[in-house]
Amino acid sequence: MRTPKAYERVVITGMGIVCPLGNSVEALWEGILAGHSGAGRTTTFDASTFPTTFDAEVKDYSVAESVRDSRRHKGCSRGSGFALGAAAQACRQARIDIETAKPGDGIDRARMGIYLGAGEGSLDDDAFFGCIIAGWNAQEQRMAWDRLIESARRQLNATRELEQEPNMAAAHIAALTGARGPTRSCLTACAASTQAVGEAMMLIRWGRANVILAGGAHSMIHPLGVTGFNRLTALSTRNDSPTTASRPFCASRDGFLIGEGAAVVVLESLDSAKRRGVRILAELIGYGSSSDAFRITDMHEEGRGPVQAMRAALADAGLTYKDIDYINTHGTSTQENDSVETLAIKNVFGERARQIPASSVKSMLGHLIGAAGAAELITCVLAIRDNIVPPTINLVDPDPKLDLDYVPNIARRMPVNVVMNESFGFGGQNNVVIVKRWEAENL
Amino acid sequence: MESTRVVVTGLGAVSPLGLNAEQMWAGLRGGRCGIGRIGAFDPTGLPCELAGEVPEYRIQDYVPKSHRKAIKLMCRDIELAVIAAQEAVVGSGLVTKAVDPEHVTVEPTRMAINVGAGMIGCDLVELAPAAAASTTDGRFDIRKWGKQGLELITPLWLLKYLPNMLACHIGIIHDIQGPSNTITCAEASAHLAIGEAAQVVARGGADVALAGAGETKIHPLLLVRQHLLHRMTTACGDTPEAACRPFDADAQGSVFGEGAGIVVLENIEHARKRGTRILAELAGIGQSHSIGPAYERLEPDGKGLQIAIERALEDAGIGPDELDLVIPHGTGVPHDDLAEARAIAAALGPAVRKVPVWPTKSMLSTTGAACGALDVIAAVRAMVEGIIPAARNFTRPAEGCCLSIAAELRQARIRHALCCSYTHGGQTAALVIKRFEEGGDNK
Repeated sequence: MRTPKAYERVVITGMGIVCPLGNSVEALWEGILAGHSGAGRTTTFDASTFPTTFDAEVKDYSVAESVRDSRRHKGCSRGSGFALGAAAQACRQARIDIETAKPGDGIDRARMGIYLGAGEGSLDDDAFFGCIIAGWNAQEQRMAWDRLIESARRQLNATRELEQEPNMAAAHIAALTGARGPTRSCLTACAASTQAVGEAMMLIRWGRANVILAGGAHSMIHPLGVTGFNRLTALSTRNDSPTTASRPFCASRDGFLIGEGAAVVVLESLDSAKRRGVRILAELIGYGSSSDAFRITDMHEEGRGPVQAMRAALADAGLTYKDIDYINTHGTSTQENDSVETLAIKNVFGERARQIPASSVKSMLGHLIGAAGAAELITCVLAIRDNIVPPTINLVDPDPKLDLDYVPNIARRMPVNVVMNESFGFGGQNNVVIVKRWEAENL
Repeated sequence: MESTRVVVTGLGAVSPLGLNAEQMWAGLRGGRCGIGRIGAFDPTGLPCELAGEVPEYRIQDYVPKSHRKAIKLMCRDIELAVIAAQEAVVGSGLVTKAVDPEHVTVEPTRMAINVGAGMIGCDLVELAPAAAASTTDGRFDIRKWGKQGLELITPLWLLKYLPNMLACHIGIIHDIQGPSNTITCAEASAHLAIGEAAQVVARGGADVALAGAGETKIHPLLLVRQHLLHRMTTACGDTPEAACRPFDADAQGSVFGEGAGIVVLENIEHARKRGTRILAELAGIGQSHSIGPAYERLEPDGKGLQIAIERALEDAGIGPDELDLVIPHGTGVPHDDLAEARAIAAALGPAVRKVPVWPTKSMLSTTGAACGALDVIAAVRAMVEGIIPAARNFTRPAEGCCLSIAAELRQARIRHALCCSYTHGGQTAALVIKRFEEGGDNK
C-alpha cells in the first residue's frame, strides 16, 4: 500500500442537514439556541397503540425541492431522500457543482468520495406483513412457504426492495454529485456517522481522496424499528409529554426519543480547500474508534470502550484532556448510557471533568440513530463558530449521581475552540472525533 | 511518515463447499459445485429454487462457554461469521480469549475488527404469530400490532438483526477492543472491510485485524428481491450444478447463497516477531463508484469498476502485466458480467489477453456480503498452492466477453492476484494480493 509523503490536513468546507429541528443548518441552530424540541406525535405510521406514540420527525421536506433532477431519485427511501437534501446543501456551501452535467468546480470526481453511516430503508410494511400473514398456517403453527412466496412475488416492488439496502443512500449521493472516489457505507448502529466522518478523515489524511462527503442518514421511524426499540425498552414512553421526553442526565430519564434525518459534511484536504479558495468552517483533527468487547446487551460498567475511544481521539489529535473546551455527548437519555458516559468522561478528564461543559443535543433533536453523530458534529462546528455551547434541555431533576456540567436548559456563551463529539453504538462500537476552530494561525 | 506492510496470517471460510477454508479450497480446486435445491425452507414458487447452502453445523461447537448464552441472539449471518472468525484466529496462531483465556498472546486494544454485513432478513416464522394476531378481515392491522402483536416479539429481537452484531459477537468472543467497524455495501462489503482494516493496521491503529464479511441470502423475501431486480437465474431446471455460469454465453442470471469469510491481517513486524507463517501480503486497495442509468446494474462500460482496479494496481505499485490471477465478481448476470469484463479489459490493457480470470460463483454462488471475502481466501490459497483451478460452467464466452477465463487447472506461480466486487447501488472495490516469500523479493 502506498504511503503519502506527508499527511494531508482535513478541513470542513460544507455542511447540510435535514432533521427534526428543520431542514437547514441555520434552522437547526436556531432551534438549538432556543432550546426547542423536535418531538411530536408519530405521523409516519399509526403508532397510537404502541408503547411509544411519539417521535422526532423531519417535517415539510421534499426531495424534489432539494435537488436538480429528482427523477434520478424516484422512489428513494425516506432516509436516502434526507441524505440527498443534506448532501445538496453541503455541496452548495462548499461550492461543489451539482447543478450541471460537467461541473466546473475544479474538483476531480475520481478524487471525490462518499462515506455514510446509513441505515436501512424502511420496509414495505403492508406487503411484508401481508406475505407473512398469507403464508402462516395458524392451526398447525407452521409457514406454508409456497403461499408466502406467491404472495411476495405479487406484492413486493423492485424499487422499494432495492431501497431497503443500506448502501443506497450513498448510491443516490454518487448519482447527485458524480463522485467516483472511495465510497463506503457503514452501519455501526448509533455510532455509524461519527465512524463515517472519522474514517473519511483518514482517507483524506492519507491522500486517498481530496474531498469526501461524509455523514449519515437514517429513519428507524417505521413499525419494525419502533417495535424493536420498544421491546428493548430503550424508548421513552412519556406519551403525555413528547417534548420533555428526551431528558439526558435527569434522574427521571426513561429512554431515548427516536428521531430521523440526515447530516452531511464536506471534508476536504486543506490543500484542495485553499486551492479552490473555499471558506473553511473548521478543522477535523482527531478520530478514535474502539469496541467494548463486553456484552451484546449492556455497556461495560465503567465505559471501558468509550474511554479508549476518547483517548485514541485525543492521541490522534495530539492533544490532552486539558485541551477540550466542550464535549458533545452521546447523551441518549437512557439510564445506562448517561451514567456510563458520565463515568467514562470522568475517567478520561479526571478532575477537569466537571469544568468542561458536556451537553446532549439529543434532548432537542432526538436520536437520529445512524445519522446522529454527523448531525451532532454540525452543532459542534456551529458552537465553535459562534462561541456558544448548546444546552441540554429538559434537565429538570438532575440525577444526583451524575454531576458533570451538562449545560442545563440554556445555551451558554463562552469561548469554544476545540470540541469532542462522542457516539456509542449498541453492541459496543464507540467512535469519537475532535473538531477545532479554523484560524489562519492554525497553519 | 510511518506506514507498515500488512500481511495475511489467518483464513476462515464457511461456504457452500464446506465449513472451513480447506474444504472450500478442495472443492474449488476440484471444480465442485456447492449449489443445490434449497433445504432451509420449501422454495416452491421461487423462479429459481436453488441456492448455495452451507452444510449443517452446531454453533455451540464454535462458541466458547463464556459466550454460549448469547447464541440465542445470533441470527444465521452472525453464526456464519463467528465460525469463520474462529477458524481464522486459530489458524493464525494468535491466542485470543476464545482460544485460551489463560495464555492470551495479543493485546486486546491492539486488535481491530471490520466485518461487512448485509441487510439481514429476519426470521419470518418468529414474526408470524405476532403478525397473525394483528389482522382485521385478514389484512395487517397496525393498531392491533401495537397493542397485541408487539408483545409477542421476544424482547431482544432487534439485537439479532442489527448488521453490526457480526463484529460485536466476534469482538466479545475474541476480546477485540480496538477499532471496530461494519461495512454495509452489499456485495462489495468484504473487500471494503478488508481494505479498510488493512488501512487501520497500516496507519498503526492496530497490530492485528479480523476482517471479512458474512451473510445469508437464503431467505424467501431476500430471494424474491433478487428476482425482482432481475439478478436471479430462471434457467435452473434439472442441473443445479450448471445453473450459475459467469461470463458464459448461456448465462441467465445468478444463484444466491450464504457464507462467511474472515482473514487475519497483521502488521508484518508483529507477524515476524511471533514467527507465524505469512500467507500473503495485502498490497493494494482501490474503490470507486459506478454511476449508471439504473442503480441495480453496473454501468455498461464498467467505468466505476475500472477506476477501482486501476487504483488498486497503483496502490500496489504494479502494472497489469504483473498480475497472474484475476478473481472477478462474475455473478452470471449477463449485463453485469459484460460490464465487468469491459472494466477489467480497460484497466488491464493488453495484459488482459494473458491474465487468467477465474470466477468462483459457479461453485460458491453469490453469497451477498461474504462473496468478496471468500474470493480473497481463494486467491490466497491459489497463491500458496501455486494452482489456478479451472472455471466451472464456462463453455463458450458470452458475446463481448474478452477475458481469458481459466479453462483448465494449471500450476502457476502467482505473483499478484486481483479480486473485484461491486454492489447493486454502485460501490466498486478491488484488492491486490501479493505473494509472500520470506527472504525473497518482498521489498
